Amino acid sequence: MSDVVEKTLTALPSLLSLDSQPGSGKLSSTSKLGNLIRGITELTSKHEEEKLIQRELSSIKEQVASPNTSMRQMKELMVRAIYCEMLGYEASFSYIHAIKLAQQGTVLEKRVGYLAVSLFLNESHELLLLLVNTVLKDLQSTNLIEVCMALTVVSQMFPKDMIPAILPLVEEKLTHPKEIIRRKAVLALYKFYLIAPNQVQHIHNKFRKALCDKDPGVMTASLHIYLQMIKENPEGYKDLTASFVTILKQVVGGKLPMDFNYHSVPAPWLQIQLLRILSLLGKDDQSTSEMMYEVLDESLRRAEMNHNITYAILYECVKSIYTIHPKAELLEKAAKCIGNFVLSPKINLKYLGLKALTYVVQQDANLALQHQLTIIECLDHSDLVIKRETLELLFRITNAQNVTVIVEKMLEFLRLSKDDYTTIDLVGKVAELWFIETMNTVFSLGGDMMQPDIPNSFLRLLSEGFDSTEEDRQLRLFAVDSYVSLLQGEPGRLPQRFLQVISWVLGEYSHLREGLEPATTLRLLAKLLDMKHTSSETKSWVLLAMSKLCEGPDCVSLAQELSERHGGSLDTVLRQRVQELRHLSEDAELRASVLPRDAAQEPLEVDSSLSFLDGFVSEALSAGAAPYKPPHQRQEELAQAKALSLEPYGLSLPISMSSCSLADRQSPTLLSMSSGLSGNSTDLSHKGGSTTLKLDGVKRVWGKDGYLAQKEPVEESAQVEVPSPLCSPSRQGGADSTHSQTPTPTPTPEPEKEKQQLASSLFVGLGSQSSVCLMGKSEQTPQRFRRKAKGQGSSSGASEQISNSHYSTQSTVDNLLCNNLLDSTVTSDLAVSTPEQTPQLSQEVATTNGTCDAEQDLIEETDPGNSPSLIRANSTVTADPPAHKDPDRPKDSCLSSHLPAELAGLSHSEIIPLCSSQNLDLSACHVQKEDALLLVIFIENSSDSDIEQIGGGEKPQCVGVPVFPDGEEASGSRGAGWDGVLPAAFWGISSHAVLLQTSINQFHQVHCFLPSDLLLSMALLTQSMLVSCFCLTSLLFLCLGRPLCVSTEEYGTLWLAFSQDTKQNLALLNDGQDPLTATLDVLKNKLQLHVVDIIGAEGIVACRLLQGQPCLMHCRVHAGSLAVWLRSPVPDLPDCLLYHCQRALQEH
Amino acid sequence: MIKFVLMVNRQGQTRLSRYYEPVELSRRAALESELVRVCLSRSKDQVCLPDFRLVYRQYAALFIVVGISDSENELSVYELVHNFVEVLDKYFSRVVSDTIMFNLDKVHIILDEMIQNGHVVETNKSRILAPLTALDKMADG
Repeated sequence: MSDVVEKTLTALPSLLSLDSQPGSGKLSSTSKLGNLIRGITELTSKHEEEKLIQRELSSIKEQVASPNTSMRQMKELMVRAIYCEMLGYEASFSYIHAIKLAQQGTVLEKRVGYLAVSLFLNESHELLLLLVNTVLKDLQSTNLIEVCMALTVVSQMFPKDMIPAILPLVEEKLTHPKEIIRRKAVLALYKFYLIAPNQVQHIHNKFRKALCDKDPGVMTASLHIYLQMIKENPEGYKDLTASFVTILKQVVGGKLPMDFNYHSVPAPWLQIQLLRILSLLGKDDQSTSEMMYEVLDESLRRAEMNHNITYAILYECVKSIYTIHPKAELLEKAAKCIGNFVLSPKINLKYLGLKALTYVVQQDANLALQHQLTIIECLDHSDLVIKRETLELLFRITNAQNVTVIVEKMLEFLRLSKDDYTTIDLVGKVAELWFIETMNTVFSLGGDMMQPDIPNSFLRLLSEGFDSTEEDRQLRLFAVDSYVSLLQGEPGRLPQRFLQVISWVLGEYSHLREGLEPATTLRLLAKLLDMKHTSSETKSWVLLAMSKLCEGPDCVSLAQELSERHGGSLDTVLRQRVQELRHLSEDAELRASVLPRDAAQEPLEVDSSLSFLDGFVSEALSAGAAPYKPPHQRQEELAQAKALSLEPYGLSLPISMSSCSLADRQSPTLLSMSSGLSGNSTDLSHKGGSTTLKLDGVKRVWGKDGYLAQKEPVEESAQVEVPSPLCSPSRQGGADSTHSQTPTPTPTPEPEKEKQQLASSLFVGLGSQSSVCLMGKSEQTPQRFRRKAKGQGSSSGASEQISNSHYSTQSTVDNLLCNNLLDSTVTSDLAVSTPEQTPQLSQEVATTNGTCDAEQDLIEETDPGNSPSLIRANSTVTADPPAHKDPDRPKDSCLSSHLPAELAGLSHSEIIPLCSSQNLDLSACHVQKEDALLLVIFIENSSDSDIEQIGGGEKPQCVGVPVFPDGEEASGSRGAGWDGVLPAAFWGISSHAVLLQTSINQFHQVHCFLPSDLLLSMALLTQSMLVSCFCLTSLLFLCLGRPLCVSTEEYGTLWLAFSQDTKQNLALLNDGQDPLTATLDVLKNKLQLHVVDIIGAEGIVACRLLQGQPCLMHCRVHAGSLAVWLRSPVPDLPDCLLYHCQRALQEH
Repeated sequence: MIKFVLMVNRQGQTRLSRYYEPVELSRRAALESELVRVCLSRSKDQVCLPDFRLVYRQYAALFIVVGISDSENELSVYELVHNFVEVLDKYFSRVVSDTIMFNLDKVHIILDEMIQNGHVVETNKSRILAPLTALDKMADG
């Protein structure tokens, strides 16, 4: 330590006492700086602040320019200027004076001058050059304090080009007797290394000397340089490992002077620095790692004191242990350490634990499994930062199996989060996880049926990117990775459009992935050319991508081979592309100019007016050619000329669809459908498949609206599949008896169970033991799952039996649903046929009675609030005549009076008897709510005696099943269990599986309220209804269409926004004076459309599905028919609406 | 690495700011008021923002806020803040908000001894104070 300093230290007490009254001590209360500070503290508004600072600035400006200002005053002025800049007001006029102060001032004034310079100027500021001379002079000063100041400012900022001017002087200081000078010189060299590494290359051996300096401070300073150099080139410094290990050992062992301790922990920040260096050195290097095991172990052991700083060291230690070549014993200790962090109630430690875990799971995902329940708890932690960190952790462990749950959690967080930054970050992550995967599914599913603008806009999105370049890079990288792995799989199954997208992305972005050789990609792409299903359009995409990629000798030979093979192709485009590929692969320069990298977003000059053809056109016209007519004009003319009816063949298509799917469900596949429902939903969509989708091998995780919420955790559904059709009655009896035990309240409280379920779905697919390990931690959990599964087993076993015996009931139900529930026209013969099923059903009632008793217990125990409405006193005798004895009697009015009050006023379909037994009648209708479609099921006791579970005949019970609910209010009137909420705009192909899944869930929930036979009938009913609904999307519209009230302007905007486009001619009604208005009125009444505007012979109409997707229709009276033009964001919607319009008009 | 050190009071007024990465003067005020908003809305010590994480400690009405990069060790920075305050306490005997305002230059000089280029360069209290006390001595003598 310098002499000066030592002297100063002895004088410290007096100094301190002098300073103990700051403010008053050195600053007179009337001084300008004192005034400013007082002014600042008294500020109450931004406006005042601005006034004060502007005044201050002009006062400073005036004074600094004055030649009479002393250096002492100048120092005060600089502090005032610092204040102004600190509050955000530029004081650039004072910069030059700051340099002058550093140059001319003495001691503290000089230091403040340097300080002001380092605060005011950035490293590239040109005024900094004026400082060089001052620094040079001070470095040579005999006053150590001035040398110190100069070195300090140099290590903060120095013009890069002037380094050579002072480098010898700084180097010289490395051997200075005073440690503080040596230390500052090392730090200055560190700065030089950061801004101009090549300038200090020759003094690397001096760094080593600094590392071995006898003073720990100098050694510590040199570690900054080493950390940086090792980061850049770990191989070059392996020989220093032993030294670093020794140093750390000494530090940990308390060999440093006491004043390096912080709260009796020896030099904690030095330890952390050393640990960082060691982890860099030991990474992927076993022998180097072995050298540090001992000291890491010791660090872990020593850092047992209960203080934040020891935790900070532990964290660094754990990180090192997981970075270097692993050693089991250490890993175990580190894992325990992380466990302690994560479990700590202190937010800071929990946070650090999660951060460590996030780091660690990238190496070893199993550790996350150990702490899964804690992680789940953290998800619901009140502190947003903890939540966020947890999501970060989940983001790292996302895989194909848990992606839905994790994205769901992220979105949940997103909904709660008000913080913009978090939102941006998280949205990026969700997009990354979701976007590419979803699009993959969309492409695989949609295949070649897709509109070409979907892949186009996807590619545009990818190439234009978002705001952050890093995010874009990540996204593209993710895309490249996922496509490469797709191609490595079975590319033959992928649709052509998807292959085209893949080719483009790989051609454009595969260079982003380090370590992916262009030749590898080329070979993958070349494989596509040889597949026989690849269309020639796709082939030219592939070849174009290859032209972008071919680099290096490998590729040239590959290109040559390809050109030999495909050069003789009959397809001229293909031949052209192959030639291009060959030429470009041979001429790298040409390739770079023709296909520049990352040029996808640069606008291409496209002459859309085709002006270059003007000459050709005018020539042709003058030669007598007919002028151009747009296609629709041509079509109309053609129609008029040939008088051909352009009307489609009316109903034939949807009818054949419905009959086909009915037949499908009558076939024995029904069994596998109902048992497969909760399990493999993909199968179902195959069987129900009236569309031409190829779903093979595509995991159904994503739907149109993002992921499909599958409420059943994976384990459960896996077990549900176990009960096979071979299930013997005795087995079923056994299952039933297990089932009757279910009511004993589960020991685990409900939230706990949810957490475990969540855990199982979040941590699916992690680690080797995967699902076994998931539940392995808690003894109760697997048991409960098993039990639940058995319960399900019994019910699905029973359902198979029922559906065997009640085969025709099933079909009745189907017909009913299709014809009655959906079309609102009763066919009475079906209703009459129901009683024939009765005996069989009643048998079922008998067999399941045991279960019912037990279930009643459950109701009483678990849901006392709900039970009174369902379990009535035994004494009541029915007053109503049994309904099925008098099938001709219209039940409708009687039953509809029992509709819940909130539904009573709404339009409902006629109430259809579904099935009945001696005691029970089951009827249903659907109610159209503004925002939902509700299936209401009436359960009526028609016997003289009571059934315990159902109220006597006095009053039918009814239960509303939300088919398209929009919220909780849509849930049923009686059952509190009906709160399964389905996403509103379910549409099209992928949705029915999920709906079925959910309806099954609902029936599980209601299990406790109803006897199982009823339940099963209802389950089947709802299933088949849903199947009909969603197989026949066209029918759906009748129930779900709602008017969309928009203004003409809004209509115009919407119209332009939609891509799906359908045109058709409809019959025009001629009964009124104004055929257009009359026709539209009919449509409006029948289909709940909204007529936006009618102008002359044209009219615009809008509607939508519940709260969801809109469809717009533009009508024009033309040649006695109504030319309609429909647009919607959904492909099927226009067709569907068109079909119903036709029907409505026909029926009229 | 450390990206900036701020001292702000409860009203959101900046009492000291030091940036180790260039930030436009015009952007600073907005950033600082945003940070204060975030800090005041929380009672804990770490906050995440997009480009950096925040570590902060509250001393009476004064917040010391440190912006750090992702790879930095939060708890060590958290304790570094405390070390800084202990050094100030040692130098000024008893540090209060006013002390910092009236001695802005010295607080900066102390900070410069501790953190340079976003790295912790000295944590030994007596060594941190050595140059400053020497300056004081020379100025007095």
